[in-house]
Amino acid sequence: MTKQKTGALEGLGTISRRHALKLGAGFALTGLAMPSIARAQSSAIKIGHLTPKTGFLGALGDYATQGISLAVDQINAAGGIGGRQLDLMSEDSINPDTGTTKAQRMIERDNVDFLIGEISSATALAISQVATRNEKLFIAVGPRSDVLRGASCSKYMFCTDIPNTVMVNAVGTAIKGQGLVDGKRFMTLTADYVFGHDLLAAAKKFFDANNATLVTDELVATDVTDFSPFLIKVRQTQPDVVCLNLAGNQVTNFVKQYAEFGLPFPTVGFNLNTADAWAAGLGNLGGTWPTPWYDTIETDGSQAYVSAFQEKYGRMPENHSWISFVAMHIMAKAMTETGSTQTEELIEYLESGASFDLLKYRDGYFRKGDHQLIQEAFSFSVDDGAANEHDMIVLGDAVPGEGVDLETIFPTVEDGGCVI
Amino acid sequence: MQFVFLLEQVVNGLVLGGYYLLIALGLSLIFSVGGVVNLAHGAFYALGAYAAVTLGRYIGFAPAVAISPVLVALLGIAFERFILRRFYNQDPILSLLVTFGLAMIAEQSIRMIWGAAPLPASMPAELRGPVMVGEFLFSRYRLIMLLIVCVVLSGIWLLLNKTAFGRVVRAGIQQPDMVAALGIRLQPYMTAVVMLGVGIAALGGALFAPITIVHPAMGAEIITVAFVVVIIGGLGSFWGVVASALLVGVVRGVTIHFVPAAGEASMYVLMFLVLLLRPRGLLGESIEKFEK
Repeated sequence: MTKQKTGALEGLGTISRRHALKLGAGFALTGLAMPSIARAQSSAIKIGHLTPKTGFLGALGDYATQGISLAVDQINAAGGIGGRQLDLMSEDSINPDTGTTKAQRMIERDNVDFLIGEISSATALAISQVATRNEKLFIAVGPRSDVLRGASCSKYMFCTDIPNTVMVNAVGTAIKGQGLVDGKRFMTLTADYVFGHDLLAAAKKFFDANNATLVTDELVATDVTDFSPFLIKVRQTQPDVVCLNLAGNQVTNFVKQYAEFGLPFPTVGFNLNTADAWAAGLGNLGGTWPTPWYDTIETDGSQAYVSAFQEKYGRMPENHSWISFVAMHIMAKAMTETGSTQTEELIEYLESGASFDLLKYRDGYFRKGDHQLIQEAFSFSVDDGAANEHDMIVLGDAVPGEGVDLETIFPTVEDGGCVI
Repeated sequence: MQFVFLLEQVVNGLVLGGYYLLIALGLSLIFSVGGVVNLAHGAFYALGAYAAVTLGRYIGFAPAVAISPVLVALLGIAFERFILRRFYNQDPILSLLVTFGLAMIAEQSIRMIWGAAPLPASMPAELRGPVMVGEFLFSRYRLIMLLIVCVVLSGIWLLLNKTAFGRVVRAGIQQPDMVAALGIRLQPYMTAVVMLGVGIAALGGALFAPITIVHPAMGAEIITVAFVVVIIGGLGSFWGVVASALLVGVVRGVTIHFVPAAGEASMYVLMFLVLLLRPRGLLGESIEKFEK
């Protein structure tokens, strides 16, 4: 038995120790001499995805995770990027503190190639600081605060969703057409944190520029669920239009209770996510609202995305799943075009003015001066007679209209104050 | 005119207090009987809302509001028999930890069953709209809710004060050993009280589903307010909780009238002041077994 084993070893033993050493060195040298793409084929591209999966933005984060997962699956099924598969690490960012810790860990320990995600403007700002310190790319997918594209912009952060000013301009264009602006008295309710304040500032600019008056503004804490005292103040104020700068669940709670009290003043809002609109239920929502995308947009890309999402998850996609899907495909295009995952090369490409299919009527591009994705926006109104929550949303025309420069609905780089 | 506006907020606050009462009363009852701080109480509120919305699609709004609290109350039996019962005579920190864990399990279970996205919920159109009483604006739906709260409140008061069941429960709160010495088993009474407590929390959820967002974390959102009400009112006091719920509603409404952003903070300031001046709460009773 032992002899047989020895014999087998003796067969292998024809390679001398010195020979094995040479062979090992040869392999090592060959490996070092290989081009980076061939070396890369064996390792996946690591992507750190952070988004709120619990708390008042948790439901939106769930959609965002599904959107980016679908994009990653599609890219991997098509062979990955340069033969490398994408490895998505998706975690709950929870709040700015936890988001910071997780972003740091993803960069240092998990060696992610770039960070992507987020909905909360406050958490996105914290992650952006981590990315900037570590010189890693961060694609801020869902936050909408103008500040992220302005005073708090960064060379390492690119913002993909529409900012507050664009939401105000999209709705403003629609309600001007309805005669709800010129000479009208507005009462606003504003979410009492950075996003709400930012939105109010954009709203005030719009009122001033369009001969409207802001009668009063009520700041609303983010944990308010009962709006009845505010509704009584609305009746006491007797405005021409009630305007909402609220966020997340706040909007749904407000519109449900506004319908409950049956107040007669028309409502408009400068922020509402599709999922929150659906959650209001039939008969509760009214007025005009902004959105960056809806599933009734009849482009081939949009309809293909809706079908793929429905097939995989058994429900309709909403705007955060859409922007997460689109943002991942933008990064896939950037990596394919540059043949690299290096931060500096990706930044150079994204700043180059390259155009991206956003599944809307017109392509978008990142503006070099403030790293925000220039794109169309929409307003929507509500069909009271719709049979279900999905159908009650009636998408308006794209803003700006055909042939008008997309940047006309965005604040200029100088206005925003971004210095990269 | 300013005074009328303020008075309108006071009256609206009283109506809102009725809603807080539905959640806080059950929490107070369960603590009084078993000495258990039930952090999972909000989960039953959320389950009541989810059950009502789901059932409502098949059997209509009113039957769903009536049936869902009963179903959740039945779940309360299992909750008492298999979980709470083990902790009646234990260190309170154990029940606190267990019910805290249970609240998180319940929230994740809701997320797994119904999904993370909020559930659309509406009320029948005939229940919507305002009712003007003199200068005061009311919501028709909230007035109906207030009526239901009054009926439930009266029923619980009668049950606790005018029936043999209530006598045993009240005796069990103060002197459980003496009740046992008289040959009365307190276990079924405790089960019934927990059932009642979680049932009215579920009724609160079912009634509020059409006017608040129905989402997995709704239980966690309400539990803090419920605790504030119970602490201000005083543990073990039926009327203390009633008075506290109304007071919290009024203070919140009046604060929003003057300083809107401080509306939610006002109830915590109130709690702080009450604890400073009357540590046992407004009408808190001395319960011997908790005084050790």
